[in-house]
Amino acid sequence: MTELATFNDLQTAPRARLKLISTAFRYILLFAVGFVMLYPLIWLVGASFKTNSEIFAGAGFLPEKPTADGYIKGWQTSTPYTFGRFFWNSFQIILPKVIGTAISCTLTAYAFARFDFPLKKILFGSVIAILLLPNVVTRIPQYILFRDLGWLDSFLPLWVPSALAGDAFFVFMLVQFLRSLPTDMEEAARVDGANSIQTLIYIVVPMLAPALISVCLFQFMWTMNDFLGPLIYLSSVDKYPVSLALKLSIDTTEAFEWNRILAMSVLTIAPALIVFFAAQRYFIEGISSGGIKG
Amino acid sequence: MAKVQLKNLEKVYGNAFKAVHGINLDIDDGEFMVFVGPSGCAKSTTLRMVAGLEEISGGEVVIGDRRVNDLPPGKRSIAMVFQNYALYPHMKVRGNLAFGLKIAGKPKAEINEAIDRVAKILEIEALLDRLPKQLSGGQAQRVALGRALIKKPGVFLFDEPLSNLDAKLRASMRVRITELHRQLKAEGLSSTVIYVTHDQTEAMTMGDRICVMQAGHIMQVATPKGLYECPANLFVAGFIGSPEMNLIDARLDGSSFSVGSQSLPIGPHLEGRLSARPAEAVVGTRPQHLSLVADGPAFTAKLANAEFMGHEVYLHADLEGRRVVSVVGTADFEALGRSEIIRLRPEPERLHIFDKTDGRNVSL
Repeated sequence: MTELATFNDLQTAPRARLKLISTAFRYILLFAVGFVMLYPLIWLVGASFKTNSEIFAGAGFLPEKPTADGYIKGWQTSTPYTFGRFFWNSFQIILPKVIGTAISCTLTAYAFARFDFPLKKILFGSVIAILLLPNVVTRIPQYILFRDLGWLDSFLPLWVPSALAGDAFFVFMLVQFLRSLPTDMEEAARVDGANSIQTLIYIVVPMLAPALISVCLFQFMWTMNDFLGPLIYLSSVDKYPVSLALKLSIDTTEAFEWNRILAMSVLTIAPALIVFFAAQRYFIEGISSGGIKG
Repeated sequence: MAKVQLKNLEKVYGNAFKAVHGINLDIDDGEFMVFVGPSGCAKSTTLRMVAGLEEISGGEVVIGDRRVNDLPPGKRSIAMVFQNYALYPHMKVRGNLAFGLKIAGKPKAEINEAIDRVAKILEIEALLDRLPKQLSGGQAQRVALGRALIKKPGVFLFDEPLSNLDAKLRASMRVRITELHRQLKAEGLSSTVIYVTHDQTEAMTMGDRICVMQAGHIMQVATPKGLYECPANLFVAGFIGSPEMNLIDARLDGSSFSVGSQSLPIGPHLEGRLSARPAEAVVGTRPQHLSLVADGPAFTAKLANAEFMGHEVYLHADLEGRRVVSVVGTADFEALGRSEIIRLRPEPERLHIFDKTDGRNVSL
């Protein structure tokens, strides 16, 4: 027995050491690649605490003399409004848009996934077609339409298309998720006396929650980052969201105050990052799972 | 109190496939009716048409004295138990039980009282605050049963409710459902049941009457005993009973019937029952009624295999190139010794003759 144990030890010791080295190597490689990929972001955060002259002095991210000057002055902006105003504008665009998207896309997806109606196939085909259509193609007709409706320089052109399930990608995503859900629960609800809307609200929406959270997160992040939409439809500075406000500070100052721009950029990406990390679990579940297993 | 009538009920799908061919059936108030048949025989489709989950292409469904064709499921006075329970995954057991009553706008006190009553009957009091994913299969099925029971419906519809459970649990749930049905009946509550299954043991043990279906047609409706003893056609004869009935091609000539080169006298009992003498016949005898004999008229067959089942033995034998099964007592089998040639005699009182062309039993 003892001899056998010794033999085994002799066999396993080098193997364990090899495993340790391989694991260490893998982690070092992962950290290195991760660091390279994240470096611009790390640099951004570091540089936002640097003075203007230091920013271009080297590629290092640690500020020599950290200063919050960029944040304080950047927040003031060169306009009569502070950056808080632009955050508030972004919020005013995002919230109705996300709510509108969630409601309209759920209703549309429910109809496509669960009901039979005339021209269903053609209509669903057109949803897919819209999905493949570049956004640019519809910009001009949309602009003319909204201009004729007198909606320019208001948030309406940004809200209304989404509230009418204009985002084909979300409709498609929810339809696919719904198709993977068993219909038994909905049938049980109908036997229990629920009508279609009650079934949707009490049974389907709770089961759809992971996908719906993903939809809301996507819409939140895309709207937060949207530059072209507000640029085309909003002309008054007091209605600008943060994405436009950032550009504003580049335009109006003669010598760019880069630390202010970088500081405000950090603040701009902060909400998206916070929301993403807070809802990460649901987000991944929503885009990866095919629904509830029977 | 609800009796159910199916009148010329038809189901035709969009691709013109006819699943249900104008079936007629009356189910009495308080009756436990089982729909049984192989996969794809449209038993579930028929049930779903009664429930209102499947559109009716032709004919009528009458529950009580109302034609319900155009009523939504919630207004048909039915409750349904699904094969995979269909519990609402995001609601606790209590919420699942209460859902139907809440939708109906019942006051909270009444709902709570109903939940307590049903939970007590089904012994699920301890589970009320659990989510469906925290329940075992048997518990989930009891909750599904509770959700049906709480509504006090006119008709209970069961769609293969036990097929996801293991054999032991299935047997105990079978007894529980049957007892529950009896209890409801004794209390004077409405208790008409339509129960769909593909398991003939469930059908035989639970049903007051059984409706055997095949390819959208009703093959026979009878009590379990009636089906077993007097199958109306070849399909029912082959479908009901375990091991399956021996169905052997035979010829009727004069006072005897022959299988291959061997023949046996028809006998006065069978003669009296024969309503026709088909040119091409099939003789049916259950393995339990095909006994080993030492002398007297019998078929001679070659023993191919013997399966020892404990208190009995299944003998598989070769009769003129056809495989037949006989169930004999262990003692009879042991008395056989090492002999390979056996003599089998069908009991004439329990012998059936079928017309091979249309499958009809001509010896009822």
